[in-house]
Amino acid sequence: MERPTIAGRTLKFLVLTAITVAVLYPFGLALGTSLMGRAESIANGGAYVLFPSKPTFEAYAVILSGGAVTRSVLISIGITLAGTALSLVCTVFLGYALSRRGMLGGKPILLMVLATFLFTPGMIPSYLMVKELGMIDTYQALIVPVLVNAFNVVVVRAFFQNLPDELFEAAKMDGCSEWRMLWRIAIPLSKAVIAVVGLFYAVSYWNTFFNAILYLNDQSMHPIQVVLRQFIFRGNAAAGSDVAIVRDLPASSVQMAVLVIALVPILLVYPFLQKYFTKGVLTGAIKG
Amino acid sequence: MVASTAAARAEVLVDTRPQRRTIRDRLKRDWTLLALCVPGVLYFVVFFYVPLLGNVIAFKDYAPFLGINGSPWVGLENFATLLEEPEFWSAVSNTLQITALQLLLYFPAPIALALLLNSLVGHRVKRFIQSVVYLPHFLSWVVVVAMFQQVIGGAGTVSGFLNTHGITIGNLMSNPDTFKLLVTAQVIWKDCGWGTIIFLAAITAIDMSHYEAAAIDGADWKRRLWHVTLPGIRSVVLMMLILRLGDILSVGFEQMVLQRDAVGAGAAEVIDTYVYYHGIRDGDWGMSTAAGLMKGLIGAALIYAANKLAHRFGEQGIYR
Repeated sequence: MERPTIAGRTLKFLVLTAITVAVLYPFGLALGTSLMGRAESIANGGAYVLFPSKPTFEAYAVILSGGAVTRSVLISIGITLAGTALSLVCTVFLGYALSRRGMLGGKPILLMVLATFLFTPGMIPSYLMVKELGMIDTYQALIVPVLVNAFNVVVVRAFFQNLPDELFEAAKMDGCSEWRMLWRIAIPLSKAVIAVVGLFYAVSYWNTFFNAILYLNDQSMHPIQVVLRQFIFRGNAAAGSDVAIVRDLPASSVQMAVLVIALVPILLVYPFLQKYFTKGVLTGAIKG
Repeated sequence: MVASTAAARAEVLVDTRPQRRTIRDRLKRDWTLLALCVPGVLYFVVFFYVPLLGNVIAFKDYAPFLGINGSPWVGLENFATLLEEPEFWSAVSNTLQITALQLLLYFPAPIALALLLNSLVGHRVKRFIQSVVYLPHFLSWVVVVAMFQQVIGGAGTVSGFLNTHGITIGNLMSNPDTFKLLVTAQVIWKDCGWGTIIFLAAITAIDMSHYEAAAIDGADWKRRLWHVTLPGIRSVVLMMLILRLGDILSVGFEQMVLQRDAVGAGAAEVIDTYVYYHGIRDGDWGMSTAAGLMKGLIGAALIYAANKLAHRFGEQGIYR
């Protein structure tokens, strides 16, 4: 096949550079602004900058020295850890059981999981259920209503199904129980997929926003994303909406520091996530 | 005669073997597996199937203190009121406009980007670009909207830059006229890269010999794209389109809630936010449940119809 022309290659280069800049520029801007000193921030009227003249962690020191942001970060960490652990246990258990051929009731249970792709129960009935269970204004409300993701169950099940049958047959011959097979064979051989599903759950718990507004009236319980919204959009939220009005206008560096804190955990797990997710997404897509 | 007795005898022999187990045997064998299903199944029952039944309040005059059972039936009254509500129709119209824009601009974007990525020869460049474009998918909507704010908001760097060069774009983040384009741009920024994964996989699955044969026959890259690559990914594109159709009435709920205050309900009210503000905020339970239920039913019907249509065109669709 012919080599690409010079013009074609230049065009491609320009388009790809533009895309890369469009994605990365906002990250740089947020980071740069967050490192701007308070004096500089006031001097330039709260503008955003890519490169602060004298980088300082002043803004981070202010918001992490106790108060709403610190508390919300701790809450989010707690929700993320507890939620991810619980979600993983339920997902792996269900995925494993559904991966075993000929289980009593396996077909109907699988159908029951798959059917959830087609419709949703709707916001109000879901809200009333959470209310009925007495979970309004509790942290459980951020975890339990989103405990199991059907897509993740399908991914885990597909992975377990692709493990060689002989392993399970041999273990069965030796009198190994299903419970032991799960822990000794299935899980150790599926660390990668379990890690990636776990990270997917962790990202979604960390990013929890609307459920917190819906189920938590008590503002001292709000996770980081809700607090971030207050910092960024306080001007818009002033007209008596659900958001607490942050009294003194935070300098743009403080706003961006909150933003950076809200996205740092995502950036930290991203390399791990990226290593495996293509595979996970594809198995899910094909089997689903 | 002899043959049939032999057959009967064989049947008796087969029958005596314990081939089919009774339910009790299987229960005894599978109880560990069933126990493993319990938490997950319980979740789907409590947070999916029971709330699905909870949609009956669309046919009731629901009052929280009476409960679902205690509230009186009102037939289709909620639906009738809803359909006369101009605000509801405004929400429907906004939803459809945004969906149309997204189908037009956002749906093809990942396909185009996947084709572009696939055409890259350098392996490392390709990996790097992929890492970059997948990243925004993992950000929360709050972060995404905040990032747009700092770039094209009133005090944003790009709007500031354009201002100093004599071009006034105003505050795009609070302009109701351009809001629908703005949310489409946000969706593209966030999920276009992530969307390429499935198309890239489909492109990779195309047999290389097709390209070689086409090249030998003198097809240039445009013709190879048109006659080899695009037909090769047709089923996947169709599958994604069907899935999108099922979601035609859902347009980024969190995204809308976050920006509704800035641009006003006239531009940013969609069906989902209508349900939230009128139902949970204002306590109009029955009517907003009716809105949600109608939305859900239309979505399911669209998936069903689109899937049927895909079969008619000889494609797999998403299920058989």
